[in-house]
Order: sequence, then structure tokens, then C-alpha cells
Amino acid sequence: MAIRIKQPSVLPGFGLTLGYTIFYLSVIVLIPLSAMFIRAGSLGLGELWEVITSPRVLAAYKLTFGASLVGALLNAVFGFLVAWVLVRYTFPGKRIVDAAVDLPFAMPTAVSGIALVAVYSPSGWIGRYLEPLGIKAAYTPLGVTIALTFIGLPFVVRTLQPALEDLEAEVEEAAASLGATRWQTLRYVIIPTVLPAMLTGFTLAFARAVGEYGSVVFISGNLPMKTEIVPLLIITKLEQYDYAGATALGATMLVISFAILLTINVLQWWSTRHKRGA
Amino acid sequence: MAGTITLRKSAAGTPVRLATGESTAVRWLLIGISLTFLTLFLFLPLAAVFVEAFRKGVGAYLQSFNDPAAYAAIRLTLLVTAIALPLNLVFGLAASWAIGKFEFRGKQLLITLIDLPFAVSPVISGLIYVLLYGIHGWFGPWLAERGIQVIFAVPGIVLATIFVTFPFIAREVIPLMQEQGTEEEQAAITLGASGWQTFFRVTLPNVKWAVLYGVILCNARAMGEFGAVSVVSGHIRGKTNTMPLHVEILYNEYNFVAAFAVASLLALLALVTLVLKSLIEWRTRVQHDQEEPS
Repeated sequence: MAIRIKQPSVLPGFGLTLGYTIFYLSVIVLIPLSAMFIRAGSLGLGELWEVITSPRVLAAYKLTFGASLVGALLNAVFGFLVAWVLVRYTFPGKRIVDAAVDLPFAMPTAVSGIALVAVYSPSGWIGRYLEPLGIKAAYTPLGVTIALTFIGLPFVVRTLQPALEDLEAEVEEAAASLGATRWQTLRYVIIPTVLPAMLTGFTLAFARAVGEYGSVVFISGNLPMKTEIVPLLIITKLEQYDYAGATALGATMLVISFAILLTINVLQWWSTRHKRGA
Repeated sequence: MAGTITLRKSAAGTPVRLATGESTAVRWLLIGISLTFLTLFLFLPLAAVFVEAFRKGVGAYLQSFNDPAAYAAIRLTLLVTAIALPLNLVFGLAASWAIGKFEFRGKQLLITLIDLPFAVSPVISGLIYVLLYGIHGWFGPWLAERGIQVIFAVPGIVLATIFVTFPFIAREVIPLMQEQGTEEEQAAITLGASGWQTFFRVTLPNVKWAVLYGVILCNARAMGEFGAVSVVSGHIRGKTNTMPLHVEILYNEYNFVAAFAVASLLALLALVTLVLKSLIEWRTRVQHDQEEPS
């Protein structure tokens, strides 16, 4: 052995466990994922470009990324508020509220999907009051945004909570004793400190929203060019045996997801360095 | 960990001074806005599931389950979970032993790759298996010759479920094993314990709550997965429909009470998951406090 891969240890089982880990990872994740990229690669650039720039696909991209962005922004604002309230204040039922934040994680997406329709459709619990105001929630881009906001909420709250808990009281006291108003302390001291966590949560929520399927398809109405999201378009293409089209769309989506994942890692690296520097 | 909890307690327990806190009115305003937001997005949809399920009374609700297709869906969901969960558990323990107890090159890359399925859309998680095992896939013709059907059959559903729940247990246990180091294991080995004895008597008891936590999350996702399973299932009633897929079919047939009735079981599963999750979080927090009294 020219290069030593593993540092010596008295514990047994390294070869067995690492070997199994790599085997299982390859069979379940790596080989299937690379199969898709190899197939997308065999399409040829011309065909790939044709698929991903057709009007229907472009409309789906616009809706998926647009609604995901709005949803993630809504979550950044309200998620911060929820995290703040949960960390700083006490109120009756706080523990239940805290646990309920994870509901979008735990609830099967199809169940969330039909539940959101029951609430936001024109005859639904809230939808019926929106209808007279001229607001159509379900079966419009607004409905897609509502579903994607639902699905992204826990990401922002759960990344912000520890960051807010770690805030040192001394810093706020110092700001106050130097004459800062509460608002100035929030604007210039608290938000800049938790910004890396906020960005991480925002990016996670955005990434989840872009790929989301189950909670969206019921409330979106699935009209081509209008309320059709990319994951649904992939399924439609598969059902029409358009494997090339589905592969091309899937591969581009995945590249975008990986780019987002990379951003998260850079953000985390930046925030740990930030913390160490402070 | 203990420090942050103390901070939270004192922040909650002592009266807030205005210089570093908010006035009561502002506080209640912020709490009000938060709760309104959560009601609109979380509590109302959750309540809607149960209200819609019981809309036509308890009789109609129970009648929804008097359907062979519903039973078949429940059975299939349990079967798929019973296969996917143990496989991912063994993988999670193996991966965390290798990563947590040894130093080797490429460790960070391996951890990133294990997290990969979280970054993949559920629909793509199904698509990749269609491209491998479908009739037009790489291994499709070979499998068809031997009469083995993966896609639009149970094996495909199991594979897609394993994929989407792949990181759950590993990512809970790896950081804990890394944090705990190898001293206790080294002591056990030095005292003559075998590798398996060390693992089952020393390592596993130390990480059991993290394992349980991962198992609970993995279980919830495995039973509730919709997108990935939808792509590979083929939607054959009574044969390849899991519970979430059965909900979709009933819903699209305008059989709302039955759809919400099956959905209510899944929502119940979600609630039980949240309760167990909170209990484990609370337990580990108490344990932490006892270990490092502040």
C-alpha cells in the first residue's frame, strides 16, 4: 500500500462496514443516479436543448422556481417570526406549537395536498371567503405557492431556532446601553448575526420546494402552461413513454438541485468561519 | 447544549427588561401573527383532514375501510416499510460505525453522498429506477426475459422507498458516533470483548436514542412517500397501490369521505411521529442536562 487510506485503530470491522456502506450506497443511490445522467448525455446537446427550452417546459420552470422562491421568502419572514416567538417568549400551548412546526415533515405529502385543497378551494374553509374578494387560491399559481410555503416552513424555523438561542444577551445589552432602540438592535445586531442560518434555511426550503410533488398536484389543477410544475411534467412525459424528455428534464432539475446543495455547503462553511472569526 | 437551554429558561422565566426585550403589547402582537400564520398553513389543513373524513358521520367513515382495495393498500404500505426500514437501519449502523469510529480519506465526500437522496426530487427518485429496470431501461429486457417485474410491481416500490428514506437513520447516528469517539470501545476491546460484543454492549446503548429517532422519521417517510412511489407503482388497484396512492385514487374519483378517511390514518401516523420525536428530544435534553449540570 503506497498511500495509507485509513489511520490505524484497534477497533475491528472497518473493512466490513465501509465496504457494505459503499456497496449499498452504490446500488441504491450512485448507480441509478449516474444511469440517468448517462442517458441524458446520450441524448445529444441539440435534443436536450430542444426539450428543456420548449414553451411548456419553460412555463413549468418559471412556475416551479417562481413559486418556490416566493414560498421560501414568505418562510424566511414568517419563519423568523415563529422561531423568534418560540425562542424568546412564553405562551400557553408553546410546546405543542413547537412540535407542530415539523408537521410538514411528518405529514405524507398526498395528505397535505388534499388537506390544502379542503382549506383553499373555492368551497373550502378559507377559500370560500377569498372567492368574494376575487382571490382564487386553489388551481392557480397562488395555490402552488401556498403548498410550497407549507412544505418549506420547518426548514427555516429549525435552522433559525438554534441560531437565535445562541445569541448572547451581552451583545444586545451592549447595543441597548449604547443607545440603540430595540428596532435598531434587531436590524443591525440580531439579523446580521443569524443571517447565515436564515440563508441556509431559505435555501433548504427553496430546494425542497423545487422538487416537491405530492402536496402541490392536488391544489395546482395541473393546467399545462399555467399551473403545471416540473415534477408533474416529468411524470406526464413518462406516462407518454417519452423517456428521453423525462430524462432530460430530470437531469437538468438534478443539476440545479446539486447547485443549490453546493450553495448550502458554502453557506455553512462561511457561517462557521464567520463564527470562529467573531 | 446545556448552556443554551439555561439561556432559554432564564429568558422565559425572568421578567423581560425593555432595553433587551419587547413590551407586552409587541410580544403578544408577534405571537398573534405567528399563530395566525401557523393556523393558516398548519393547523387548518390538519383539522381539515379529520373533519372531512367524518363529514358524513362515523358510519360513513368506518364504511370507507370496508373495502378490499383499502386493506390491500394498508398491507402493501406495511410490507414495503417492513422491508425498507431494516435495510436502511443496517446501512445506517454500518455507515456510522465506519464513519464515526475510524479516520480515513474521503470521509467528508462519503457523508455528502449519503445525504444525496435528500436533494433529489421524489419524482426523480422514481424516474431513475424506471430508467434502470423499466421495459426500456438498462436491465429491463434482461429482467423481462426471466419474467421478473420490478417497475409497476412491488420491488420497484420498495426500491423507491429505500431511496427516499436512505439517509434518515445514518444522518442521525453518524454525528453522535463521531462525537462520542472511540475510548469506550477501545477499553472494551482491550478487556477482551469481541467486535460484536463491543458494538452491541457498548456502542449501541450509547446511540440508542439517535437510532430510534432516525427509525421513527424513516418509518413516517416510508409509509407516507407519494411522489417516488407514484412513478414506479403503475397504480394497479389492490396490487401496487400504497396508502398515499390509494388516497389519490379515491380523491380523483370524488370519493372524498373515503379519501380523507384513509388520509386520516396517515395523518394520525404523522401526529404519533411528532409526539415520539418530541419525547425523544426532551429525553436527550434531560440526559444532557444531567451529564453537564449547569
